[in-house]
Amino acid sequence: MFLIKPLAQFGRYLMLMRSVFSIPDRWSEFFRRYITEIYKLGIDSIAIVATISIFIGAVITIQMVLNIMSPMIPAYAVGLATRDVLLLEFSSSIMCLILAGKVGSNIASEIGTMRVTEQIDALDIMGVNSANYLILPKIAALVSIIPILVIFSMFTGLFGGFLVSVFTQMITVTKYIYGIQAMFNEYYIWYSIIKSLVFAFVISSVASYYGYNVKGGALEVGKASTDSVVISSVMILMLDVLLTKLLMQ
Amino acid sequence: MIEVRNVIKSFDGKTILHDISADFYAGKTNLIIGQSGSGKTVLMKSIVGLIVPTSGQILYDGKDLLTLSHNETRLLRSEIGMLFQGSALFDSLTVLENVMFPLKMFTHKTLKERTKRAEFCLERVNLKGADKLFPSEISGGMQKRVAIARAIALNPKYLFCDEPNSGLDPKTSLLIDELVSDITKEYNMTTIINTHDMNSVMGIGENIIFLNKGHKEWVGTKDDIFTSDNEALNNFVFASNLFKEVKEYVLTQKQGHL
Repeated sequence: MFLIKPLAQFGRYLMLMRSVFSIPDRWSEFFRRYITEIYKLGIDSIAIVATISIFIGAVITIQMVLNIMSPMIPAYAVGLATRDVLLLEFSSSIMCLILAGKVGSNIASEIGTMRVTEQIDALDIMGVNSANYLILPKIAALVSIIPILVIFSMFTGLFGGFLVSVFTQMITVTKYIYGIQAMFNEYYIWYSIIKSLVFAFVISSVASYYGYNVKGGALEVGKASTDSVVISSVMILMLDVLLTKLLMQ
Repeated sequence: MIEVRNVIKSFDGKTILHDISADFYAGKTNLIIGQSGSGKTVLMKSIVGLIVPTSGQILYDGKDLLTLSHNETRLLRSEIGMLFQGSALFDSLTVLENVMFPLKMFTHKTLKERTKRAEFCLERVNLKGADKLFPSEISGGMQKRVAIARAIALNPKYLFCDEPNSGLDPKTSLLIDELVSDITKEYNMTTIINTHDMNSVMGIGENIIFLNKGHKEWVGTKDDIFTSDNEALNNFVFASNLFKEVKEYVLTQKQGHL
């Protein structure tokens, strides 16, 4: 019995996605909205991605120096471990968890507000496929901008570690630079990008679903926003396990 | 003309609309009135197609909305204009862009033609000089007028107004009523207004349907209201002392004429 409600909700989510993935009424309008969403969801997130990545990159480097430095392990291993942590998990999974909070709540509250102020009803009355008009550009925009954010996060994270090596002398710059290049596996980048594409779809579609189905007023918009962040975060964590098993084994 | 035939609507086993049948005429301001919770909004949303009735027919010039194909419904929707209670203007678009929106989505007009048509509609609702403002920068009355301009942009055959006067001062309410009434006559539209504003009822009520607890209780014109002996209608319309006095005055005048 306890499965009925989640299953019904999943069914409604799939039905919404069916409406979303149809041919746009006007391609010119779709591209105009797509560009706007790229800016709103992607470009506007660059500052937070850079800030978090630099600090986390620096912290990972310090932790690595403190925990794995020993006469048995070469010093460049710090750079290598920092790079792998950033490439494999931080820049895709953790960054997407953070974006689920920022971007997800933005999408859910924007669409939710349009629902409670009858703007979505107005679109429906006009004969516009409101789900397609509002949601498809958001999903397309986030899915296409996320690889850029992920790669940007990798670079800024590694730069954070570099700053540690420059300013603290915990590890020499040469060893750090050597470490982040040593035994580099290009597939890690692809693995990270593939994961982030899936997470971007989850973030944008789940947030849109919660926003689109708001009933009530301002209070419900806030609740939908919170619910969307919680559900997308849980889904990201679950999918992270699944994708890691599938892609890395 | 819109005909509603034996419409029943239930939510979770609770019936909100009980076998409603009504006619709404072209070129007339058709009013649906009733207390809060009487089913006015559900009826209007059912007529527009935002809610699917449990049973019954909604006929737009003889065509049943509920049996139309996807493309036919889309075509019909392009002939419908709607004024929402809260205006429902798109926050991210300017006044001019809001009015141009349906033209952009449903016509192949050039930008120049769209702008010209939108400016004409804004002029028709006496709203000049607000083109570049956003909805949040204009008053409630102006928002309603922009919403009317948007609703008539595609020259609709059917106009729906959900409580057009809510939140407006009496003078602006009167202006909106007059505007809707004038546009209805000018374009010979079938206009349905959902309201519980008695000033609107007395001012522009040419065909009034009174709902009470989900039942159609009474049908008539604004003049018929004064002579009706329907208890529920009298309790609703003449609830205030002002309208009781108006009724007494009108009836005295009528008797004087006789």
